[in-house]
Parts: sequence; structure tokens; C-alpha cells
Amino acid sequence: MPRLTKDETHPVRFTLNGRPVSVRAYPRALLTDALRHEIGATGTHVGCEHGVCGACTVQVDGEPARACLMLARQAEGCEIRTVEGLNNKDALSPLQEAFREHFALQCGFCTAGILMSLDALFSPQPDAEEDAIREALSGHLCRCTGYAPIVQAALAARNRIKGGPIDA
Amino acid sequence: MKDTVSEKLLGQSALRVEDPALLSGRGRYIDDLPVAAGTLALAFVRSPHGHAAIRSVDTAEAAQATGVVAVITGEDVAARTRSMTVGVKADVECWPMAVDRVRYVGEPVAMIVATDRYLAEDAADLVVVDYAMLDAVVEPVAALAADAPVLHTSLGSNLINERRFRYGDPEAEFDAAPHRIGIDVTYPRSACTPIETYGVIASYEPGEDAYDVTSNFQGPFSIHAVVARSLNVPGNRLRLRTPPDSGGSFGIKQGVFPYMILAAIAARIAGAPVKWIEDRLEHLSASVSATNRQTRIEAAVTADGRITALDWDQIEDCGAHLRAPEPATLYRMHGNMTGAYDIPNMAIRNRVVLTNKTPTGLNRGFGGPQIYFALERLMDTIARHLGLDRLEVIRRNLIPAEAFPYRTASGALYDSGDYVAALDRAVEEGGLAELYARRDKARAAGRRYGIGFACVVEPSVSNMGYITTVLTPEERAKAGPKNGAQATSTISIDPLGSVTVKVASVPQGQGHRTVLAQVVADKFGLPIDTVRVLADVDTMRDAWSIASGNYASRFAPAVAGATEIAAARLRDKLAKVAASQLNIAPDDVIFEAGRIGAAGNSDNSLSFARAAATAHWSPGTLPEGVDQTMRETVYWTPPELEAPTAEDGVNSSLCHGFIFDFCGIEIDPETAEPRIDRYVTMHDCGRILHPAMVDGQVRGGFAQAVGAAFLEEYAYGPDGSFRSGTLADYLLPTVMEVPDPVILHHETLSPFTPLGAKGVGEGNCMSTPVCIANAVADALAPEGDAPEIVLPVTAAKLAPLIFGDEPAPQEPVSETKTEDTAGGRKLTGEGRAVVQASREDVWRMLLDPATLDAIIPGSHGVRKVGETRFEADVTLGVGPVRGRYKADIDLSDLDPPNAVTLSGQAVGALGTGGGQGRITLTDTEDGTEIAYRYEAQIGGKVASVGGRLLDGAAKVVIGEFFRALARHCGGGASSGALARLRSLVDRVIKGGRS
Repeated sequence: MPRLTKDETHPVRFTLNGRPVSVRAYPRALLTDALRHEIGATGTHVGCEHGVCGACTVQVDGEPARACLMLARQAEGCEIRTVEGLNNKDALSPLQEAFREHFALQCGFCTAGILMSLDALFSPQPDAEEDAIREALSGHLCRCTGYAPIVQAALAARNRIKGGPIDA
Repeated sequence: MKDTVSEKLLGQSALRVEDPALLSGRGRYIDDLPVAAGTLALAFVRSPHGHAAIRSVDTAEAAQATGVVAVITGEDVAARTRSMTVGVKADVECWPMAVDRVRYVGEPVAMIVATDRYLAEDAADLVVVDYAMLDAVVEPVAALAADAPVLHTSLGSNLINERRFRYGDPEAEFDAAPHRIGIDVTYPRSACTPIETYGVIASYEPGEDAYDVTSNFQGPFSIHAVVARSLNVPGNRLRLRTPPDSGGSFGIKQGVFPYMILAAIAARIAGAPVKWIEDRLEHLSASVSATNRQTRIEAAVTADGRITALDWDQIEDCGAHLRAPEPATLYRMHGNMTGAYDIPNMAIRNRVVLTNKTPTGLNRGFGGPQIYFALERLMDTIARHLGLDRLEVIRRNLIPAEAFPYRTASGALYDSGDYVAALDRAVEEGGLAELYARRDKARAAGRRYGIGFACVVEPSVSNMGYITTVLTPEERAKAGPKNGAQATSTISIDPLGSVTVKVASVPQGQGHRTVLAQVVADKFGLPIDTVRVLADVDTMRDAWSIASGNYASRFAPAVAGATEIAAARLRDKLAKVAASQLNIAPDDVIFEAGRIGAAGNSDNSLSFARAAATAHWSPGTLPEGVDQTMRETVYWTPPELEAPTAEDGVNSSLCHGFIFDFCGIEIDPETAEPRIDRYVTMHDCGRILHPAMVDGQVRGGFAQAVGAAFLEEYAYGPDGSFRSGTLADYLLPTVMEVPDPVILHHETLSPFTPLGAKGVGEGNCMSTPVCIANAVADALAPEGDAPEIVLPVTAAKLAPLIFGDEPAPQEPVSETKTEDTAGGRKLTGEGRAVVQASREDVWRMLLDPATLDAIIPGSHGVRKVGETRFEADVTLGVGPVRGRYKADIDLSDLDPPNAVTLSGQAVGALGTGGGQGRITLTDTEDGTEIAYRYEAQIGGKVASVGGRLLDGAAKVVIGEFFRALARHCGGGASSGALARLRSLVDRVIKGGRS
């Protein structure tokens, strides 16, 4: 990686939801700030900026990661996926649909991160057990729902994704 | 007009209209909104001290920093504003930014306006504030002591308000009753902690002397008046707007208003719009928390467990400033101080005190957790004391069904309920008998298992006059009566016949737009997706009043009710329009499937859109007596919400739901960890408008209550230092800690609200903490007296009650220890090191600035400023937090070349430290042994975010110092202590978080 000067912006190029993007960012700029305020992808939310709440979770090369703990520069050359990439055109994905049907969100602020973690869980593991789902969810804080509807939605989505019965 | 088709959507769990956007990253929260080009970022300099006088604020260096447009101090703010309104009669000022004194950690001291947030925060670190430390007081009872440090000298003490109330004849009942049973209760501080923090965007137009503020404020909009007054402008010069979406509030976002004032002033001074998004440390340390409270409650009780009188003594801790609407937490429940029980006599003494902690404000449950914890722990205690069944004591005291509407001793008018029926159903349907069997089985196997109960009356739709109960009747008469709870709703129909609803309800995720679409679609016989609802507010364009906003669970009873009335009025008008075109009587019109037609004759109808469009396109054809306005605005307020009476009776809320909870809790025999085995919660919230959303409110409130019961506490040191500044310190429950409760409903409609609904959002925050505490008490002590239960109930608190106090270790396990004693978070330690140099050489080095510069870890220079005084500039790090500090070091008790005492104070943007160490030198065979013993205190940001790392970090820094000294003396020398230090260094570095 070339040496960066701290008082100047530098180009950062990565793939965002399948499309190539390029932004100029200071070396210390957080990935969350670059996504939200430079690119305008505001679906990724910032809750604590110290990696605990999970609201900013995105996928970096398929793995869930806290965008608030990453510098924008670290995304160079990566494939980044955010909540904006979950939709199928204007339609909700089976995971999003299950969240809606189970009232698994209220204010929606933590939701983007939760969806990205579950999507990263189900992609390689469409038949994930409830324990694995809870484990994936345990890295997220939600203050509205009490979590039970989120677990129900995740179970329903899993069954739909793997073609099983609609409800768990 | 026939009502044949209404009610079909309401009562169903319709999919939320909010969700497609929220699930796709298209929400519009405050930080997502576009801002004007040239909008600047705002950052705050905040107090690292719980209590200190401000000697000076030096902004020179910050003002010169890259990107900085303005540096603004408390004096700059005070020069352009007025003190914020305080809700009691007291000689005290309340500024949004500290002027000459800081009174809590996190209090704003200065603000920076710069071109971006990073540069603004850089510059904030360059503001130099000279503080003179003052003694702090953090506990409410201690704050009342005659010799306590006084926060506001104009008050003369920390007691800002005291009132006594007397209803019925409590003294006579206490004299006559065979039992007087009382308990003391300490209720701690917690906060609902939304995942989205505060945000404000502000601008100023000098030509009109007008401010435009957008903020994720939640109401009540009575605060609009507070902000306008403080900014010294008429109400129409403060345009206040809210974003379409808000990332949770639970009351907390009411407390953003001091930052609206500050951002508005910053925009004015900077001459450009400014934007501020609070960070998590700012949120935890300096937004608002719920109040902590010290309570003594006593009951006069008959032999069979009937309570005839209550005596309350409450000391409410509102933190450093009494900010509007406080002391509302103390008075919100004033009409409900007898809970669900028929108790005709009551005495209340209420004291409000100020302490060196974050100011308090709205938090879900608002006053309910504090009183019900006391009242329901008392019910539990009464049953134990009298040897009666706990459920039986509750049942004997419940208000009977035939008593409704029921006037409580302190003046509330309970609208409806059948508490005994709801309780009986819960016992049956919730499986209490089975739970008893589980408890018996667990106990038989030697395990600790307890069952708890709690009965709660959940008030909703606050009377805007309740807070005036804090004034004496004479003061109230002078100030003029305050009462009511206006809700507004506007429905309009456009020229294409589509319906738009606008309310000032400012939801933070509760799905208001969906429920209102249901209400209106039902009324007009339209599909739900044809109705569009806006629930954000623009005070310059929308209908609103002081009660507008999202608090006191007022949506379903008040806002949905006002919308129902507005829809009914427009429907009446449309029925007349359609009737004249269909040649039928208005009473024979029905609204169904998008058409308006004759009842019983589906051929004689016209489309809803066509009827509605008539008024726009051809008003001249409207029937006589029907005007052309296709817009209806309703301002609704319930007549039951009267001002407090001359006898201090107050109907503090319009609606009163009922909750009965029970739960089983098991305490782990090895770890003392409490675990919820089963939780049952029965609710009567009147008519249920949307079952899934009601259950969502119950589950959400329950989860927050589980956090308050087991995990969450705002932790302060005795010096006011704040100890829970990250979400790794202030622990919120995750999916692993929150079980799914069994939710039951019993509906008794409210006769006072248009739809029969009551509020439901806050109840479990009131009932669940004490239900859990009662179960823990039962697990710890099945019979007889139970120990005092103080939340949060952690394994660390339960372990000594189960296993006894931990025996002292036989030999010290650590050289360093951390303790919380008067004066702060104190680190003490000792150690020794052997160096290859003579005593004289070591002595000389310790007093030589060049040597000190070389061996102090992170030193950027040491200057000798006096014979025994040095100044050092050092960079120190604790965990992830590194900061630069200026340190003053004094040498005293010099005994050359044998011993010296070093005293130091270090101040930096990240916090403060102070300490004293005694160093003694003794000869050894091949050099000198240096022995040291130190005591250090650490405060400020470092203590808030790095508390868990402090002792390890102190060892590391001190170890580095002596290793460097050894190296400087010729190196190589080591001792057991140094080796231990080294291994500790390695452990801290490799081990990460402990």
C-alpha cells in the first residue's frame, strides 16, 4: 500500500453492491463516513463507532464487518455489500420480506446491520440452526423489538430461502 | 349514514407502510438528510470533571487550527441567549453550556465550528480549559447533608424543591392500624439508549432574526416554547422540524433541546448552517438519563393484609441541572401513587435534589419504574411480614371492577378496568400453578428458584398540567392553570380524490403511519395503501400544540383518536355531497370498496374520488350547507384532564391501563447468575388497534426492563467521574439475554378516548424490574425477611448473599489494585527495581529534566520550572484511547539521596490524572534498589471509556519508567518485580480486554 499523507485526500476504489465506485478520502476517514457522506449510501447506520452495536455491519468480500472499525482506505479493491444491495430491483428479498411479515423492526436503525449479518450467515449456510442464528444476532443491539420477532423472521427467511415451509 | 364497513382494518395486524423503505436502506434519519452546501460541522469540548470552577477557557490555538470557522464559549452563548426555563420556583439558572462552573462530566464547555467533523474534533482537543477542582456529590441523600458541596450557590443547598401532600387522613389510619410496614428503596440510574444518537441541523437568517432547526427531537412541543424563549425570539422565529424517520427515542430525544439552542447559536455566530451528530460517549455521558431515587414507603395494614394508608418519602435526583420538564419524572405518576389498589389515605413528601451527574429527562416508563419498584416491593414485604399469600394480599387490595371510573386518593380518574378478572385470567392462562410446580421441584432438588409478582397501573396521555403539582396551590393560582393534552390531526383530499393525513406525532419506530392509514381507510371504505400519512413535524406548516409529540404513550388514545374524529367529519361532508348526487338521504350512504353509494343498492353509487373531487372542480354544485373545504383539522383535548385542584388532587393522565406480571427466576448454584425461566405479562390497554404492534411495544419495553433489572447502570465515581461511557461498559441486553415473554390481553375499553384505546408502550418498564426483584427475593429467602434488592441484580451482588462475603486472599494477588473510594477511581500499587548505579547517581538522574525526558514513557519534553518543580508533556494511552497530557510534578519530603515524594497532576483532552508516589533508594551489592509506592486517581474521558483497563495500564506505564531508568543506568539489571512487570506488560498487550 502506498504511503499516504494525512492532510490530503486519496482515491479509494472498490465495488459497492456490484458497481465500481471511487471516492476521495483522507487516510483517517472511516468507511462508514465514506459510504454515507461521500457516496450517499446512507442505509448503513452508525450507532456507537466502537464496534459494539452492530448497526454499521456491511459485507466485505462476503464476510460481515463493522464499517465503523474500518478505514475507507482499507476497502480499496474490496467487494463491499450494504443493505442497499439486498433488494431485487424494487422488490424485497425473502429475508427483508420475512422481517416485514414478522414485525422484526420498529425504528429500523439497527436493521441494516442485522440483515447484513443474517445474509452473510445464510449465503453459505442456508440451513443454519437456530443457535447459529442467535449467535449471528448476538453481535447486534436492538432497543425496540426485544429480539424475539427478529429470531422468528430469521427462521422464516431461512425456511423460505432453502425452500422449506414458510413459517418455522 | 350507515357504518356497515368500518372497523375492518383496525384491529388487524396490517403490514407496516414504513417497512419497505426501512428494510432497503432508504430511511430518512437526521444524518441521512441532505444539507445545504457549505454546512459546517459542530463539535463540543466537554467537562472531564464532575465539579469544578472554570478559571479560563483559552481558545487561541483551536481558533487557528485547520478548517476552524468559530470557537464558541459558554460566555458567547450566554451573551446571545436567556437561561432555560426551570420548572420550579427557585433562584437558579440553567444554561445549555457551562459558564463559570462545570457540574457533571460531559457538560459542554465550548464548541467548535469547522469544515468537517474530523477537523472540528481535532480543534476541540486544542481548547485549553483551566479548572479549579471542587468537591463533588453524587448521591441524593449525601447531597442533602448540611456540609455537602453545593452545586448552585444561589440556591444555598442542593434541595431545589420540596413539597408535602396529604390526602384523606393518613395519620389517623396509621395510628389505628395494627401493622405499620415499611421499606427503604434505592432505585439506580439507567437510560433507554436508542441506537441512533442525537442530531441537529441549524441555520439562522439575520434579516428575519429567525432560526431554522431540524432535529430528531420527539416532543413534547412545549419545549418549542422553552427553546424560543432561550433563543430570545418569538415562536414564529423558531422553525422546528423533525426528520421523517428517527432511530428510536423512548423519551430520550426530548433531551436534545439544549443542543438545538447551542447549534442555533453556533450557526448564527458562524454565519452558516451547522450540523451536529452526537457520538456514543457524548450520548451516554451527557444526553439524559432516568432519575435515580431514594424512597421510604410505609403502609398502614390491617391484620388480613388490607392497606388503609400509604406514606411516601421520595428523594429524587435530577442531576446537575433541573432541565425542562423536570421534576416531571417525580410528578408524572402523582395521581397513581396508590397503584392498582384502593387506598383512600396517603401522605407524600417529595424532595428534588441536584447532584454532580448528567441532568435527567424523559425515559420510557417515566417515573413508573421508580414508584412501582417501591410499591410492589412493599406489597411483597407485607405478605412476608404477615405470613400471607402474596397474590392474596394483592387481590384483597385491588380496585374492584364496579368502582370504575375510580378517583384515586391523589386525584387520578382511572377510566376503566377489571383488575381482578385480568389477574385471574393471567393466573389461569399464564400457567401459575405449573410455575409453582416448577419452583417446588427445583427447590426440592436444592436449587434456588423464586416467583415474583407485580401489579401496575400504566398511565398514558399525560395531563400537561400535572407538572404544576410541584408548585404550591398559591403559586399555581398566580401562574394560571395548566391542563389538557391536545392532539392534532389534519386530513385532506386532493383534486384526484386521494387522502393525505398529517399528524404531529413524531414516531420513532412505532408504526404510527400504518395505524392511521387503517383508521382513515376504514372510515372512507378505501384500501389501506391509498391513504398516505405524514407524521414528521414542521412547526411553521403543520397543526401542532404544546402536547404534540411522541411520549406518555399518547399515540393510540390521543392521536389516533383525533384522526378518527377528523375522518368522521370529512366523511359526514362527503356523505352529503354524494347523497345529493345519488338522490338519497345522507343517512342512507355507505362507504365501501372505494365507492360511496346507497345502502342496499350497489348500482346507485359513485367513486369516492369523484365525490371528493366535486369540491375542488365544481364547488358551485355542492348541496346547500356543505362547504368546499376538503380538509379537516382537529385539535382534540379530553375534558377529564383538569388542572390540579386547590387540594393538590391531579388527574395526571387520561388513560390507565392495567398490567399483572409474574415470573419464575432461577439463580445458578455455581455462579449466582440469575436467569428468567418464564415470564408472563397480562395487559389491559383498552381497545387494541394493531395486535402485532401492541405486542411489539410489550416485547420492546420488556427487553429494556430486562436490561434495567440485570445489566444497565449509569456508573459514577464519588468524584463524579463517569464510568460507563461505551456500550462495552454500559451493557445492553442482546438476543442471548432476553427471553420471549408470554403476552396476554384483557380488553376494557376506555370511555374517555375516541377509539377506546389506551397507551401501551411503557408498562413493562414499570412492572418488569420489580417483578424480577420480587422473584429474586423469593429465590433468596422463601420465607421471612428478604434482603434488600438493588438493581441491577448481577451475579456479583447475589453471590455474597448466597455464598457469604468472599474471604480475603491469603496473599496479595496483585501489586496494583483499583478501588472506588472518596476522591475518585483510585489506583494504588508498589514495586521495586534494582539498577546498576549508585544511590547518588540514581538520585541525580531522578532530579534531572534531561534524564526524566529520556525515561518517562511518551515524553515530549520535561522542563524544570523551580527547584523542586517540573513540567512535562507526555503522550499516554489506555487501551485504544491515547492522548497528550500536560503534567505538573512537584518533589517534596526530599531526603537526598535516600527518598523523595513525587506529586503530579496531569491534564489532557482525554481526562485527568493525579497521584503521589514515594520513592526510596537503598544500596545493594551491585547497585541500588529503588522501591516505590504510589497512589493515583484518574478521571474524565479516560475513566469513562477505559476504566476496565486502567490498573493494567498504570502498571505498564510505571514498569516502563523503571525499565528505562535501569537501562539509563547501564541496563541489564532486573529483579523479581521487574520480571513480573514485564510479564504483565506482555499479558496486557496480548490479552486485550479483560
